[in-house]
Amino acid sequence: MLYAILCYDSEDVVGSWSKEEDAAVMAKLAVVEDKLSREGRLGPVARLLPTTAATTIRKGAEPLVLDGPFAETKEQLLGFFIVDCADLDEAIGTAKDLARASSSAGSYEIRPLAVFKPGSAAP
Amino acid sequence: MTDIAWIEAALTAARPQAMGALLRYFRDLDTAEEAFQEACLRALGHWPRNGPPRDPAAWLIFVGRNAALDAVRRHSRHEALPDEEALSDLDDAEAALAERLDGEHYRDDVLRLMFICCHPDLPATQQVALALRIVCGLTVKQIARAFLVGDSAMEQRITRAKARVTAAAVPFEAPGAVERAERLAAVATMIYLIFNEGYSAGPDTGGARAPLCDEAIRLARLLLRLFPAEPEIMGLAALMLLQHARTPARFDAGGSAVLLEEQDRTLWDRRMIAEGLALIDKAVRHRRRGPYQIQAAIAALHARAVRAEDTDWAQIDRLYAALEAVQPSPVVTLNRAVAVAKVRGPAAALDLIEPLAPRLSGYFYFHGAKGAFLLQLGRAGEARAAFDRAIALAHTAAEAAHIRQHLDRLIADACPKDVP
Repeated sequence: MLYAILCYDSEDVVGSWSKEEDAAVMAKLAVVEDKLSREGRLGPVARLLPTTAATTIRKGAEPLVLDGPFAETKEQLLGFFIVDCADLDEAIGTAKDLARASSSAGSYEIRPLAVFKPGSAAP
Repeated sequence: MTDIAWIEAALTAARPQAMGALLRYFRDLDTAEEAFQEACLRALGHWPRNGPPRDPAAWLIFVGRNAALDAVRRHSRHEALPDEEALSDLDDAEAALAERLDGEHYRDDVLRLMFICCHPDLPATQQVALALRIVCGLTVKQIARAFLVGDSAMEQRITRAKARVTAAAVPFEAPGAVERAERLAAVATMIYLIFNEGYSAGPDTGGARAPLCDEAIRLARLLLRLFPAEPEIMGLAALMLLQHARTPARFDAGGSAVLLEEQDRTLWDRRMIAEGLALIDKAVRHRRRGPYQIQAAIAALHARAVRAEDTDWAQIDRLYAALEAVQPSPVVTLNRAVAVAKVRGPAAALDLIEPLAPRLSGYFYFHGAKGAFLLQLGRAGEARAAFDRAIALAHTAAEAAHIRQHLDRLIADACPKDVP
């Protein structure tokens, strides 16, 4: 089953990392990604730009365009992994591996996927 | 990251909000700073044991406020202090406080904290030093290094600047809409000053000023989160991101400046460019043009050009014309002349800048650009005179080296026969 592992963290804190600290965290995460990739379990991975780059559309008869993220929260959605896992236990194990790699104070939310369209957009 | 590194990042991130709120409580910068310091010390003791709080800023405000009030009580009545554990066991109190600290308060607190550093009596460098100390929390030592002065000299400067803003007494009531807009504009200027201190320094300060660009971008993002629908703040953030993205390519291994057209564009920071482009995209939708947005749009055209020769100079010329209209300045016209030279040739560019001579006769870049245009027209003698004038006006060795490099380059391009 495919799971989305959604990364929530304080954007203020992640944004105050130095370039070196940021690179160190990314390098550690890459080790976990490589392992998943070798096992054929890694799907798309994304890191999102800061919420200041976000725009929100409120649906309705006249959709409303608002600057900023959907919700003002203490922790923001900063990125996600799509991972193939046998069951929730394995998904939790994978999220824990990721958590050990980036030991900041945020959270990972594990959400099983209902629909997955890999798409064809290339960066 | 280690616990301590994480805590330091969290303290840095929470600082503007916590300091802003403590300043509102105590209405005194020194008391607010002491309270914040004390709260940070307790966080270093408490957070590694109990884990980080849900809302670090609210925790620091609560603990800082209580600590400062305790200090006041201690001085007046020698009342027994509550024990540290009781004070730090905040889960409920902290949650309740976080509820009360609604967005409105937070944003005016942070804005006020930044705004008091923009006092018009303070020279630009003192505004920057004060903001770096109070808002960003850089140490006096770090700031002194960035400005190439001794620690004690910088300490004195900051103390004097603080005394000045304290005397000025910025009102603590929530500002009205017009006042808030004025404060935002002043703060935007101050943030851009911080950025420029970092950006214009070059490698001759041993990299001590490089963090200033990051700090300025951090402050702009913070401001944007508090005021998400302000197109000029989006423009300011975009402008700084797009300029800072070029930093890895701006100097060669020997520390000399590399001209924009000569830069290795693969070294540009793609993520910063993506963020800058996203912000300028958002800003344009508001259809409220302003100088930061226009400058960011110009920087965006450079960022979008894969090779220097792909640059859309005609559009850059039009944007500079728009900038001249909203913010007339001989320096803007001078910059426009560079685009005009690309689109309509050096003679048109020279015509554009000739009338600026009386106002810019003491300006290094005026003579540098004039020399470049003259050289392209084959008027080598006059060009040399202009370059000599530019070198005489250079403020730093890097500026002089830059013009000399420019000169060498143009000689090589324009008169290949002279070069073996």
